[in-house]
Amino acid sequence: MSAVATIAGYGFREAVRRKVFAVVVVLTAVFLVLFWLANRYVFNDLAHITPPAGVAVDTRTFVGAFLLGLAMFGTLFLGVVLAVFLTLGVVTGDAERGLLQPLVVRPVGRSTLLLARFLGAAAVCVVYVLVVYGAALAITDATGHWLPAQTVAPGLELAGAVVIVIALSLLGSVVLSSTANGIAVFMLFGAGLVAGLLGTIGHALNSRTIEHASTVASWALPFEALYQDGLRLISSNASGLTGFLLRLGPFGGAYVHGWGIRVWSAGYLCVALALALAAFARRDL
Amino acid sequence: MAHALAVHGLEKRYGSVEALKGVDLSVEEGELVGLLGPNGAGKSTLVKIAVGLVRATRGEAEVAGARAGSRAARAKLGYLAELFRFPGWYTADEVLALHQRLARSSGGAEERRRLLELVALEEASERRVDGMSKGMQQRLGVAQALVGSPRVLVLDEPTSALDPAGRRVVRVLLEDLRNRGVSVLLNSHLLSEIELVCDRVAILRAGEVVAAGSPAELSRPRGVELETDEGTRTIAGATRHDAPRLVAEAVAAGRRVYGVRVLTSTLEETYLEAVGDEVS
Repeated sequence: MSAVATIAGYGFREAVRRKVFAVVVVLTAVFLVLFWLANRYVFNDLAHITPPAGVAVDTRTFVGAFLLGLAMFGTLFLGVVLAVFLTLGVVTGDAERGLLQPLVVRPVGRSTLLLARFLGAAAVCVVYVLVVYGAALAITDATGHWLPAQTVAPGLELAGAVVIVIALSLLGSVVLSSTANGIAVFMLFGAGLVAGLLGTIGHALNSRTIEHASTVASWALPFEALYQDGLRLISSNASGLTGFLLRLGPFGGAYVHGWGIRVWSAGYLCVALALALAAFARRDL
Repeated sequence: MAHALAVHGLEKRYGSVEALKGVDLSVEEGELVGLLGPNGAGKSTLVKIAVGLVRATRGEAEVAGARAGSRAARAKLGYLAELFRFPGWYTADEVLALHQRLARSSGGAEERRRLLELVALEEASERRVDGMSKGMQQRLGVAQALVGSPRVLVLDEPTSALDPAGRRVVRVLLEDLRNRGVSVLLNSHLLSEIELVCDRVAILRAGEVVAAGSPAELSRPRGVELETDEGTRTIAGATRHDAPRLVAEAVAAGRRVYGVRVLTSTLEETYLEAVGDEVS
């Protein structure tokens, strides 16, 4: 256990020393300030927003859920940036730079080393995601006096999505160079986002083909499905036309959701980690 | 009794390239063995298999009786890689403290102070790695390899970045380690260094051991050089056993003998003979 703590501490110290950490912190501060401004202006204008006669839309819920969905996307994006840059070179990158060899020859075990690096990165990213998500919730509450029906579960799902990206990035770091791994993980992330948007469009168009493609992508890339499920949860108290309009938008929610995808995501995470450990055990350094 | 380090029939293949072709080599307790060979001969591959960084295609490698790469083997091993780096924001003391924790060494601050003193870095214990010269980092690497008092030390080009004074520090350190019974496998391009400190030498070429033995065993007689009042002449093929007879014959012939020298090949000549005209 002390070896895990030592390596995790080593990884954590490396993480906070990197410029990317400072960049993410600055970008997060800018994002939260802009998010606060947007909330302030939109909620202040809420009284002037009048839906067409006969259209029953709960404007506060619509605006709150839409803006919080936007914040969740921003949080996921920044969390993924942090996760990828903390882990993209853990094996191949560090081996090429000569940082890994002195550690690997110690009586720690390669699996302990990789798991410790995973835990270190996961701890940093989970704390980051939860803090930013919590700040976004607090801003929405303070400026718009609106909170979603469920506040905890969406945050946990966002954090879970980032943890899956960490596992994929670690797996990639065993077999790919740092640059190739970074590109590969960001492409996967982008593919997931596109698949999520496709699902929304498919649902709006009532296209079975597009919905099917989006569903397959959700199971193949469950970090996207968790994020979408989080969006679904924050708008779960929006009913009627308000709920329908929210589901038509980009932050509308999931078509693959619930405990099925959560359990699948946990299994997916375990398999990705197991593959990373097996590949690292066989890797010549 | 188990060898400190032993490899038997070691083979390693990278795709179509055979890096090692059945190498046998051992390092006994308290022995200092040098590994020589041109670039691409398989020296680093052999070293990396011994420390568990690379898996052999065939054959066995053991460290103090434990399979190379196993936790038990790594617990008895100290290693300095040819290309290594420590995080730039760590101080020398922090680097050693990190490796103490990983090696489960209970030496504490006293061990760190002693190791830094051994490599002449006692004044730099609080200096950050990115503020150190390449030579200082290499000496810190040697100190790192000694954390936890390993029984077997594997050093891959430990003096490549050192100036003559730094090389001397490492050479004295190696001799001290041998006196304390530590076994050392030293991979180096510096033949003079190997010749000075190693008990035995193995020369690799194209993945095979082409010569092995003590520096004295590897040296070949080159004749006897006799300096008389007629000048200096070399009697090719003569050995040190012939020297008294040659002196006696010269004196009997009325020559004045000013000096006699038995000529043997240097390790460099032996090395060049062993590896042929292969250029590193």
